[in-house]
Amino acid sequence: MAAMPSISIAIVGSGGTGALTTGNFLFEAASAVGLQGVFTRTMGPQIRGGEAAALLRFAAEPVESLPDHFDLLIGIDWLNAHRFGAEIKVSPNSLVIGDPRGGDVPPVIAAGGARMIEIPMKELAKGVPEGRPNMVALGIAARLLGFSVEQMFAPVEKRLADKGPAAIESSRAAIKIGYEAAAGLKFEAKLPAPKVSKAKRWLLSGNEASALGAIRGGIRFAAAYPITPATEVLEWLAPALTKVGGTLLQAEDELAAINMIIGASYGGTPSLTATSGPGLSLMIEALGLATAAEVPLVVIDVMRGGPSTGIPTKSEQGDLNIAVYGFHGDAPHLVLAPQSVGDCLFTTQWATYLTEALQAPAIVLSDQYMGQARVAIERPADVAFIGARSVATEIDGAYKRYALAANGVSPMAIPGTRGGQYTADGLTHAENANPTSGAVDHLKQLDKRRDKLDTFNYGDHWATVEGDGELAVVTWGSLTGTAREAIARAADDGIKARLISPRLLSPVQPEKLAAALKGAKRVLVVEQTHGAQFHRYLRAHYDLPAPVKVFSRPGPLPITAGEIYSAIADWRVS
Amino acid sequence: MNAEMPLACKPGDYKSAVKPIWCPGCGDYHVLMSFTRAFAQLRLPPEDVVVVSGIGCSSRIPAYTNCYGFHGVHGRSLALAAGLKVTRPELTVVVASGDGDGYSIGGNHFLHACRRNVDMTYVVMDNHIYGMTKGQPSPTTEPEFDTALTPGGTGVRPFHPLVVALASGANFIARCFSGDPNETADVLVEAIKHPGFSFVEILSPCVTFRPDEKAWKDMVRVAPVPATADQGKAARRLMTDDGFNLGILYRGSRKPYRPAVGANNFDLAELEKDFEL
Repeated sequence: MAAMPSISIAIVGSGGTGALTTGNFLFEAASAVGLQGVFTRTMGPQIRGGEAAALLRFAAEPVESLPDHFDLLIGIDWLNAHRFGAEIKVSPNSLVIGDPRGGDVPPVIAAGGARMIEIPMKELAKGVPEGRPNMVALGIAARLLGFSVEQMFAPVEKRLADKGPAAIESSRAAIKIGYEAAAGLKFEAKLPAPKVSKAKRWLLSGNEASALGAIRGGIRFAAAYPITPATEVLEWLAPALTKVGGTLLQAEDELAAINMIIGASYGGTPSLTATSGPGLSLMIEALGLATAAEVPLVVIDVMRGGPSTGIPTKSEQGDLNIAVYGFHGDAPHLVLAPQSVGDCLFTTQWATYLTEALQAPAIVLSDQYMGQARVAIERPADVAFIGARSVATEIDGAYKRYALAANGVSPMAIPGTRGGQYTADGLTHAENANPTSGAVDHLKQLDKRRDKLDTFNYGDHWATVEGDGELAVVTWGSLTGTAREAIARAADDGIKARLISPRLLSPVQPEKLAAALKGAKRVLVVEQTHGAQFHRYLRAHYDLPAPVKVFSRPGPLPITAGEIYSAIADWRVS
Repeated sequence: MNAEMPLACKPGDYKSAVKPIWCPGCGDYHVLMSFTRAFAQLRLPPEDVVVVSGIGCSSRIPAYTNCYGFHGVHGRSLALAAGLKVTRPELTVVVASGDGDGYSIGGNHFLHACRRNVDMTYVVMDNHIYGMTKGQPSPTTEPEFDTALTPGGTGVRPFHPLVVALASGANFIARCFSGDPNETADVLVEAIKHPGFSFVEILSPCVTFRPDEKAWKDMVRVAPVPATADQGKAARRLMTDDGFNLGILYRGSRKPYRPAVGANNFDLAELEKDFEL
């Protein structure tokens, strides 16, 4: 697998300049010609109108991670752009375009050694009635990337349709002016040629993909307490659930949200909530209740920087510990992690299926990066996972809610079913659900809840396993694609590495990982935490062949393929 | 419910075989009796009733009924019940709580349940003490009441649940005394029939840690005036009564919460259209 040709563009501007709008139009235009790509937005702390940056990357192949260096950076102005300096790296091969009246290029960007060009975007925009510099910037970007002006018009017209022909005309004129202004500019990077494909193509974020996966899996109730960066899951679900015969209830806090979905699920409705680290912390007690009372439910945790309030708008994988180990007592449950925006759909749908099949709560560990990134991808394949709970319908004689079934999953009586009355309980209970503090019942029910998860066949979906190199790169979550790209680059250097990324984090799958590691002579663990949580988790549950190295660093900056590649290449040298 | 089967209609039909953990003489026995009498009066099929609770002596009540039940975590019963009721509106949902579970750890949910107005009945067995943990002051304990945790008393003004309920938008507010299970059952019948959130505070003495509460039976009285629908009047009455007026004290007519739910024959493929290029 050869390294993937791609092109990366960043557009920055202070509040009101419309840098994100420019990025969005460019993203839609590139998507329309069949490229795959990713569009992330990064903003200052202001609620509205602060400085913003649009970060885009396109390739012929699926691409979701940001580049080591941006090929093109356009500063509509540079006010507060230094805040993005660490995120938007440029190299001597990059081109940086600024406005002579837009302030000085921040030193952190200038230090990259990129070629700098000035184009008076503000001044040029004045040549058009109501002309805006961000549309001039769009014209410049279009020219440099090899688009025609017309290719920029389609998304602009779609977006501005309700603003009338004058607004559209002024944008078109400004784009043309930018396009002309970039004539003759030297720019080496080339837009990759899109692959010809008949597949339907989608433009969506991971949060939207998770929400769709939830509904496809059968979720018909959600309880919602807003939190960055998970809110879009809930906002997408609100109207969608209503359409499909379900509903969403806004909760007064996360404690209420998790308990609402326990109640709804107890009543027979597959249920979900979405949150982030602080909310998950509040939900943990009730997740233990769902485990003990064997109530299916899905909690999507879109991870952000932690601990505490941390960095709400930036990604980190630091909720692994609380998701796997946070419950008090011995409380086996499901923890799954999507591996890309498209996989947010699959994994959430699968989680819904698993929680219903196993009557154990499922936590889906997404993260801010893939949750909020928008990607252009081929439509993910349909999968057959639809939640189907074992339900007690014909009840003769004494019903035992927690009967010791062979597979550990006992049929659940749904309220309204005559003869099935029982009280679900967080207290240790006997098979008939009555509270007990006896040692025998305690052990039996602990065994039951453990065994039903451990004996289930999770198939091949438990992990992504690719390649057979002696070096195994073991990672998880949104770093999967980044690691894949790094491995491809290393392959160009003749280094063979395999990729192992578990999608199912709990229950652990020691035999399957051992098979995936067969023949591996060393392991590189890659994760985005400060305390190497994933490495410790692997050490606790799996045998890893020595030697093991760990590349682990916290957010807020995304880990790039270049960094992982270096970790692979440097190890060979030593 | 199964129409062909005979309906339960005797209070005993709503009792389970589980033996309560309550102390002899506990007021909650009478509350259980009121529950079963009210369900029988309403001829509710036991399988269509769900009793939801949190943690504490009073919260043990679901398993003592022959209905569906959920004995959840401390303080969150109202939230759990709301999720159940909005997705299964045909069920009768009764939430059972105590003064610690409902007014302390669950206080926030109390406010929002009152204003959300989901059609369910909230019963708080108030004994002004944490009984299960053996005698600590609750939000309704008198400030001078001496406990091991608060020697010499809390010095803190007690919570006034009925006033809080009114201010938060509760539409049906009543006070009962466990020692009069027939009257309590009658109020519960009205509360369950009331469309929307109904709040019934039941004074239920703790004979173990508050033996002084045995005197309540001589202190309670039927409220001298009938229920009002006037919030201002209700506020004045609730603010000034001594906590021993019984009966339905406020009854408004705000519409219950009804979630928007579409047809369930919607083609899921339609949802994808948001994403198609």
